[in-house]
Amino acid sequence: MRKMGRTIQEMRPHRRTASRGKQMDYFVQQLINGLTLGSIYGLIAIGYTMVYGIIGMINFAHGDIFMLGGFAALIVFLVLTSLFAGIPVALLLLVMILVGMLVTGLWNWTIERIAYRPLRGSFRLAPLITAIGMSITLSNFIQVTQGPRNKPIPQLVTDVYHFGDITIALKQIVIVVLTAVLLAAFWYIVNKTPLGRAQRATEQDRKMAALLGVDVDRTISVTFIMGAALAAVAGAMYLMYYGVSSFTDGFTPGVKAFTAAVLGGIGSLPGAVIGGLLIGLIESLWSAYFSIEYKDVATFAILAIVLIFKPTGLLGRPEVEKV
Amino acid sequence: MAGEPLLKIQGVETYYGNIRALSGVDVEVNKGEIVSLIGANGAGKSTLMMTICGSPQARSGQVIFDGEDITKLPTHIIARRRIAQSPEGRRIFPRMTVFENLQMGANLDNLKYFKEDVEKIFVMFPRLKERQSQRGGTLSGGEQQMLSIGRALMSRPKLLLLDEPSLGLAPLIVKGIFEAIKMLNKEEGLTVFLVEQNAFAALKLSDRAYVMVNGKVTMSGSGKELLSNPEVRAAYLEGGRH
Repeated sequence: MRKMGRTIQEMRPHRRTASRGKQMDYFVQQLINGLTLGSIYGLIAIGYTMVYGIIGMINFAHGDIFMLGGFAALIVFLVLTSLFAGIPVALLLLVMILVGMLVTGLWNWTIERIAYRPLRGSFRLAPLITAIGMSITLSNFIQVTQGPRNKPIPQLVTDVYHFGDITIALKQIVIVVLTAVLLAAFWYIVNKTPLGRAQRATEQDRKMAALLGVDVDRTISVTFIMGAALAAVAGAMYLMYYGVSSFTDGFTPGVKAFTAAVLGGIGSLPGAVIGGLLIGLIESLWSAYFSIEYKDVATFAILAIVLIFKPTGLLGRPEVEKV
Repeated sequence: MAGEPLLKIQGVETYYGNIRALSGVDVEVNKGEIVSLIGANGAGKSTLMMTICGSPQARSGQVIFDGEDITKLPTHIIARRRIAQSPEGRRIFPRMTVFENLQMGANLDNLKYFKEDVEKIFVMFPRLKERQSQRGGTLSGGEQQMLSIGRALMSRPKLLLLDEPSLGLAPLIVKGIFEAIKMLNKEEGLTVFLVEQNAFAALKLSDRAYVMVNGKVTMSGSGKELLSNPEVRAAYLEGGRH
């Protein structure tokens, strides 16, 4: 992730000469940057954690779903800006996100239907390996059809606000607020609607859910589509934030988001969000105070340490339950 | 009772892999009846209950419900025909509240009758009302059994399947549950098909009963007949009542 490194380096003031107040500002600045990045990780992590919760499998293609969301947004951007020169940015972003959701939802639904569902009930490694295959398929497909080079777009949202020495970009606010709104909506769906109840019932006892009239296959499909839709939002936000897309984008952020899900406790929705924010913060703060080169090492080292002391992650529950 | 039976099971064979669990079972349940199925451990009673619901599906034979062949329908579609089951092991959703478990039961009608029905369940099992915001997994065995039956009733079933409602419960609670079943049958005309190890109580409660041995029905008759049948007494009643 060279792009991220660059952004942070540009913002890095001369720390040695800074006063205590400046140091505080610098810290707050890094918190804001970390929060932004963490929101994106959190949105992706939810897809990992939900699919794991409902069918007990890691959808390794999920990172590439996020990348696909970014590319869909990129193509929509290119088409709309060439057709309608003066299109308002908010409308542009909205269409980018919605089309991305549609494309990723369709893709994730399809792979669940043709690649994962036939393997349900076979040994645990089979769907896992298939998921890795799906991941490679999708990133190669994008590489072949869209070209291997980075695709830049101009800055979409350029406004920045200054609070003393702290700079907050409007695009950061957009990302954090959008994430918060989506999480609230998501929380509501999972906890308060019949669909969410059916999802939780399927997660806890698939056979009993079917005995109560829940269409288990459909519920699982919907879960894949929901996860993909959030990843698409993350993909569009990532494109807006960094202004560039690449077919390899699925890998590093995908693995980071997966790490976030594991760190928070895989299967737990709040865990995924907290894990995402933590990873974002660790990355930003480590880059700011230690070395950018080792930020990924730091992230994974912290994951390893947490898992040693709390193998189920921060909010995970132990596998065995009294029933 | 005249007319077609509500549930008609004909020559049903069910397999787990290559192991045959049911070998040609014939059972009929008429509308408004309480019918029980008794037999030893491993006779295939629970398998028959699950086969009615299509999980697993019968390999041969037919399950006919309300005149329709439901043998090969998927489980959730069978549930939508209003067959509700309180299955073996109760299968309460452990991380959902008691209230949510009951809501799951009422899913078929999109909670249309939920308020009215949940009040009935709370009258029948006041314990569930006290515990309504507690997670299912934290309930005691008896409370889970009440919840499992309550959840099945929430779907307004035409046929209620009960798999060992008395298992592991204190006698007083068993009595309460059996009284509840009887009341539902008398007052609402609910048809009940139940599996029981507690043969004595089951036969006293039932209009008719079947005895199952090694995946086959070996005897059937009214509850009274079977209660006085010397073979049944020797195998399921006297042996079990020390």
